[in-house]
Amino acid sequence: MPADMSEITELPASEKERLVQTGLEFGMENRCGSFFQMDQKILQSTCSAEGVEVLSLEDALQKYDWMADRYWNAVKKDKDKYTEFVAGQKHPAGVVVIAHKGARTVYPVQACLYLAGGPVQTVHNIMIAEEGAELHVISGCASAAGAKSGSHLGVTEFYVGKNAQITSTMIHNWNPHISVYPRSAALVEENGVFISNYVCMQPVARIQMYPQATLGENAVANFSSIIVAQPDSYFDLGSRAILRGKGSSAELITRAITKGGTVISRGHILGETEETKGHIECKGMILKDGIIHAIPEIEGRVTGTELSHEAAVGRIARDEIEYLMARGLDEETATATIIRGFLDVKIDGLPPVLQQQIDAAIDAADSGF
Amino acid sequence: MLKIEKLKVKVGDREVLHDIDLQINDGETHVLMGPNGSGKSTLLMTIMGFGTYEVTGGRIVYNGTDITHIPVHERAQMGIGMLFQRPPTISGLKLEKLLAAVAGGKTAEVPAYARTMDMERFLQRDINRGFSGGEIKRSEVLQLMVQRPDFVMLDEPESGVDLENISLMGTSIAHLLQKDLHIVNRQKSGLIITHTGYILDYVDADFGHVMIDGAIRCHGNPREILKVIKEKGYRECLACQQI
Repeated sequence: MPADMSEITELPASEKERLVQTGLEFGMENRCGSFFQMDQKILQSTCSAEGVEVLSLEDALQKYDWMADRYWNAVKKDKDKYTEFVAGQKHPAGVVVIAHKGARTVYPVQACLYLAGGPVQTVHNIMIAEEGAELHVISGCASAAGAKSGSHLGVTEFYVGKNAQITSTMIHNWNPHISVYPRSAALVEENGVFISNYVCMQPVARIQMYPQATLGENAVANFSSIIVAQPDSYFDLGSRAILRGKGSSAELITRAITKGGTVISRGHILGETEETKGHIECKGMILKDGIIHAIPEIEGRVTGTELSHEAAVGRIARDEIEYLMARGLDEETATATIIRGFLDVKIDGLPPVLQQQIDAAIDAADSGF
Repeated sequence: MLKIEKLKVKVGDREVLHDIDLQINDGETHVLMGPNGSGKSTLLMTIMGFGTYEVTGGRIVYNGTDITHIPVHERAQMGIGMLFQRPPTISGLKLEKLLAAVAGGKTAEVPAYARTMDMERFLQRDINRGFSGGEIKRSEVLQLMVQRPDFVMLDEPESGVDLENISLMGTSIAHLLQKDLHIVNRQKSGLIITHTGYILDYVDADFGHVMIDGAIRCHGNPREILKVIKEKGYRECLACQQI
């Protein structure tokens, strides 16, 4: 339940706008539930959809005995120093969203994690779609524009039941002084579907993450990332899919643009079982001297697994720009049109405001190539 | 409409076009023939203004304005359009989005044009991705319909088009060039590169030119030139040296 909503509503307009850019809808239009955590304080936890619960982590652990089995299970406490730090919190903060058996939501639950001024924000989220359920979550993570330093350590565990689906769209809006270390993993049961979308187009000091999905029989995982690395931003991003169940499949897609920053784009698909398929696609565009380093790994361990990858890094092709100019578009518009197309990977649940933000970022892009 | 004077063009270190002279008046359609690699596409690309083609001499005048060194998009905005022989594939850019950008907000007629060119099911596809040869050409004509150029350059519009669609291409191009209007009312002009001459069954061309080794070697009636080439090859044009 809301602790003190005035802390949200009284935020300066510029800060609210930063949150809106991550997908937060203050009026809850097109949302079936909402969770708001500022630093370590939970300000809002509400849900109107039948069969879906939005709870703080502490409340969820108290309410359901079985929650203990889902707590530090997909992600291990001792994975690294960041998970150990989160696990060491006396009062763990974060959100638990449960879509109970068969529940299907049309509108997503929004989870907003806002680093207002604390040096470190720790979050531990658990997303559960029980058998036959369908859950969409939009997670917006942002820091105050003026924060001079700070770290966000976020653990998220996803549990996708039999014939269930979770769509997770995460949008980041940090600033050049913030370091971010999300630690996520998904366990996907038979015929389950896990779709993970990630967008970050704003400056950040450093983001490092490598979410993992372990797939049961006929389960599917799709990871998509859209990254624009501003000068001095450092991204080390990857995703891993473990094809454990027969008939499981995964696709990892990245579109990265650098305007002077660094993007390390990793991907790993492990084909452990027969009749499995996996594909990694990383496309990078260098607008201004920066680094895009694609490291796709495909690892097959049985004869019946089919794995592939394609990676390309380059600049905008001159013939594409001139083709559009021959149709009457000036060079800047032609360039922006091509970049917009490059970034179009059809992210499910992308809010219109983010599309506008993408447009603004593209319009601001330099056109001297 | 278009006047080219003593045009010299370099690609890299090599001069590809040598002292080209060509005049195309309002309402006229000209055909450019010649062996592969003779410089026909280079001439069209140079008229369009692409960066790879460096004009080292002469000039291009369009409707009284020297356009030799102006950017590609300004030429397009002045009314020059081009059907590409091998246009690039642009990932993520949907045909419908490009048509909307070309239409500049006047999109009301786009669906009808797409229907005419049998391209409705391609509107949500990435430009040219996985298109067959004929589909690429239909997409190009559709873009030109929306663009409405006054001077249309067509680089091998019939190549890769199957027999079923050649009639659609031919009649659509004839419409682009106002061939359905009385000759005195035609304003639009065209320059068409063709190897086969199939397009001449649909588009009455007024003049033909033969380009060999980067120079225009022959002018005349397009059908007669085509007949000579078919019977005796380009060598005859070279031997004839009419000009």
